[in-house]
Amino acid sequence: MLMEPGKKIEVRDLRLAYGAKEVIHGISFDAYRNEILGIIGPAQSGKTSLLRCFNRTIEFTPNVTVSGVIKVDGQEVSRVRNVYELRRKIGMVAPLPVGLPLSIYDNVAFAPRTAGMRAKSDLEGLVEKCLRQAALWDEVKDRLDSLGTKLSGGQQQRLTIARALSHQPEILCLDEFSIAIDPVTTMRIEDVLKELKKEMTIILVTNLVQQARRLAARTMFLWKGEIIEIGPTEVIFSDKPANRKTYEYVNGIFG
Amino acid sequence: MFTETPLIRRKLRNEFAAKCVFGLMALAMVIPLLVIVGYLFWKAFPLLSWDFLVTNPTNGMRKGGIWSAFLGTLYLVGISLCISAPIGVLAAVYLNEYARENWFTRIINLAVVNLAGVPSIVHALFGLGAFVLFAGMGRSIIAASLTLSIMTLPVIIASTKEALSAVPISFREACWNVGASRWQTIRHIVLPNSISGILTGVILQVSRTAGETAPIMFTGAVFFKKISEGNLFAYNLKDQCMALSMHLYTVTTQVTEAPAALPYAIATVLVVTVLAVNALSIGLRVYLRSRKKW
Repeated sequence: MLMEPGKKIEVRDLRLAYGAKEVIHGISFDAYRNEILGIIGPAQSGKTSLLRCFNRTIEFTPNVTVSGVIKVDGQEVSRVRNVYELRRKIGMVAPLPVGLPLSIYDNVAFAPRTAGMRAKSDLEGLVEKCLRQAALWDEVKDRLDSLGTKLSGGQQQRLTIARALSHQPEILCLDEFSIAIDPVTTMRIEDVLKELKKEMTIILVTNLVQQARRLAARTMFLWKGEIIEIGPTEVIFSDKPANRKTYEYVNGIFG
Repeated sequence: MFTETPLIRRKLRNEFAAKCVFGLMALAMVIPLLVIVGYLFWKAFPLLSWDFLVTNPTNGMRKGGIWSAFLGTLYLVGISLCISAPIGVLAAVYLNEYARENWFTRIINLAVVNLAGVPSIVHALFGLGAFVLFAGMGRSIIAASLTLSIMTLPVIIASTKEALSAVPISFREACWNVGASRWQTIRHIVLPNSISGILTGVILQVSRTAGETAPIMFTGAVFFKKISEGNLFAYNLKDQCMALSMHLYTVTTQVTEAPAALPYAIATVLVVTVLAVNALSIGLRVYLRSRKKW
């Protein structure tokens, strides 16, 4: 199957229903290599469900029907046999930080270990690299064997990001990563994301429209399971986006 | 500001009263245990000795000890748990971690709940029919143990499921997101963090199995049996055995002119054995909980 250059993720006519209730109504868009694609939209617009379709963790929810096509690197995800490899290709960061009940080191080493990495030197190098990338290394380098669950909220969120990076993904999906952390930490992570963009595709789901404005090259406005508008961020945030609703949502006069 | 209005005074008084009532009720739980154990020891005291534990009953159970009954109970409890604990825990892992919500799992869950509510005498009849007669095991330790394990299985499944579902779902999702399989997630995250609850549920079944009389009466327990004294391997799986619970029943209702202290001594041994196992479980729980990580 030929891969269109630049396209990392292709979504075509994606529909998703929980039971009889359809929450995503046939959306299509692309995400390109080395870009940050911002996804904005109010609660219940299908943002989290969309992310969970990418790595097929949506399958763990009972009574879900998904139709349409999602391709990652030109490969249709629903046809992927090795779903674990697909999931390692995509780093996921949930809204609330999740420190696994393991040591800080093991939190980051968990994913490479499940993928079969055993050599101590490899693991140590990778753990340090991921913790550095997540801007956490300096704070925890002296206590790597203390519990990840005992870290503060902001540190745990960075630990979650380090864990999402630990399986060396090519796509990083962040789902409202900043709702549980302070503004200073948020800014530090945003700087990290600007760095990571050089290596991977980043899908940034956010409730803070300004965050999308600061980071994303392109922004998608998702509303009630439909794409209202997708385009360059400066257009979305300009006075004249293609859709009136976009203007109203971005400027907080949405009714 | 901060004045003591009548309303506040009433609130404080109610708070105090509630605390006292709840505390007293909690205390009331302890009193029966202390009274029972104290009373048993007091009544049983003349008979309690090491010899009582390790000699067989003699003279139509009026003299001697309780060795064959004591060992029989250990066998029944031990073997039945060896059967029901692995099956129950694995079944609960399946139901809680793998099974999807559909008619099949709904039937299994319904069966678990209903089996837990079946009276033990019904289990006894089932054991008699299924193991003793149909499977041709005859009345034997193995048939009785199987009957007991059928009885404890649903409770172990229920308590294990409870322990497993106490592990937050977000831990599992975090593992799945990084490409761990369900089994890797269970093995590295779910089981290590629920093992204390699982073990507690299993060990609590010891007291229940040790005390049951009905299921073993039809399937493998006898009134009297002589075995080699002090030998822990004196019973064979195909043998019939004595058991403390049934021995207690026999001595109190069937044996005339038994020493007055004898039933109390039997009960004391039964209670102390169960309490010892429970104490072990509490110790284990404290140890495992100290390693719990969130």
